[in-house]
Amino acid sequence: MYTASDLRKGLRIKIDNDPYIVTEFNFVKPGKGQALYRCKLKNMINGNQFERTFRSVDVFEMADLQEKKMQYLYKEEGKYCFMDNQSYEQVFLGEDQVGEAKNFLLDNIEVEILLFEDRPLGISLPNFIDVVVTKADPWAKGDSVSGNTKPVTVQTGYQLQVPPFIEEGEKIRIDTRSGEYLTRVKG
Amino acid sequence: MNSDDSWKLAVRAEVLRLRARMIRAIRRFFARRNFLEVETPVRIPAPAPESHIDAVAAEGWYLQTSPELCMKRLLAAGYPKIFQICKCFRAGERGDRHLPEFTMLEWYRGRTDYRTLMDDCESLISYVAAELGFDGVLSRQDRKIRLEPPWERITVREAFHRYATMTAADALRMDRFDEILSCEIEPRLGTGKPVFLYEYPVELGALARVKADDPGIAERFELYIAGLELANAFSELTDAKEQRRRFEQVSRERGFKGRSPCPMPEPFLSALPQMPPSAGIALGLDRLVMLFAEKSRIEEVVAFPPDFL
Repeated sequence: MYTASDLRKGLRIKIDNDPYIVTEFNFVKPGKGQALYRCKLKNMINGNQFERTFRSVDVFEMADLQEKKMQYLYKEEGKYCFMDNQSYEQVFLGEDQVGEAKNFLLDNIEVEILLFEDRPLGISLPNFIDVVVTKADPWAKGDSVSGNTKPVTVQTGYQLQVPPFIEEGEKIRIDTRSGEYLTRVKG
Repeated sequence: MNSDDSWKLAVRAEVLRLRARMIRAIRRFFARRNFLEVETPVRIPAPAPESHIDAVAAEGWYLQTSPELCMKRLLAAGYPKIFQICKCFRAGERGDRHLPEFTMLEWYRGRTDYRTLMDDCESLISYVAAELGFDGVLSRQDRKIRLEPPWERITVREAFHRYATMTAADALRMDRFDEILSCEIEPRLGTGKPVFLYEYPVELGALARVKADDPGIAERFELYIAGLELANAFSELTDAKEQRRRFEQVSRERGFKGRSPCPMPEPFLSALPQMPPSAGIALGLDRLVMLFAEKSRIEEVVAFPPDFL
């Protein structure tokens, strides 16, 4: 069982026998009032979304989901193909099931495929991935002092803000949950 | 944080400078009005019992959730105008507008009521704006907020009538007051001019004095600017017997909800009869920085949010 204070972005809970994922989450608390947990929830089967405000006393069941390690193979006609390296079983996921994760799908990357009663629903990436910067403006020395960031593109086509000293061809680590730059990877 | 993460601190330079200038301006403001700056202990044996605020335990005592009880003991001891800028701690509070460790500005005045504090808010924030080079106008999400006094004053009852789908009394009865206030009303408060939301139901002012001609109303107000709750103020309750009764009630209610009970702040209750009729206010300093720096998340206005540590 979960209580409302466990709620956070990405948590999967069961409501009326369907699995839901928390897609947006905020903690609000007016004045000296009670804590409220405002969530946007997405039905993991049909994609329906709704907003709901929970209180500290609310409890939930976990969604009964299995995760299976699979390898990303290729994308074809809007379908992403993943394979179980033990059984060679393949599954396909659509664009909306893959969602933001498409930004971080490196060739042959190992991911967790989420299954609800054997139906593939979505994927979870490793929390951190290392990618090569394929496009970046050169660093004007002294810029780090001004504290500005700059946009770069990485090998998967994803664009993000990084500190100014990152140059083209360098490898950086990204937190796939926030999509944000974490650190430079040497070597 | 990783080794080259100092850039995350570097990008905050502008906000941190603004924050420092703001704190200097606040100190100047109070010094010029002959307020005494005080420091009270951060670790205390008994915070004020609150239904919905949990203190962090620290070696048998607690980290303060607010400096109010010590400050009121100073009031009772004959310090009529005092202020403090300090760290407060509230367990489990983390959101776009909440940090479990945050900075509070509190000030207290003897021999007056909460209306004087509304005037103080107008003067203080206008002064800070001028000192920071703002031309009496703040912008937030494409809106212009004019700081020129007098600011709007609206009772809780009116606010529910104007912005909500039910009355304040019904919301309270259905235990939906906080939900409706934060979801339906707050976002619409203070969008053109700052707003004082005042006259709270008496159940929602555990340390506030009851209005003389209406026993259902507590003399409490909250200041909102651009939908952001900035400050909470009371005309202080000085009736020690009534205060003890309310604290015990809060503690009992906490028990029903499975929250930890509260030790009674006995030295405060003993000092209360000596306290003159007073008014006190707590203003979230980080939120004031958010407002002036045009930031929507509180973690953007401190050097170290918890996940940087």
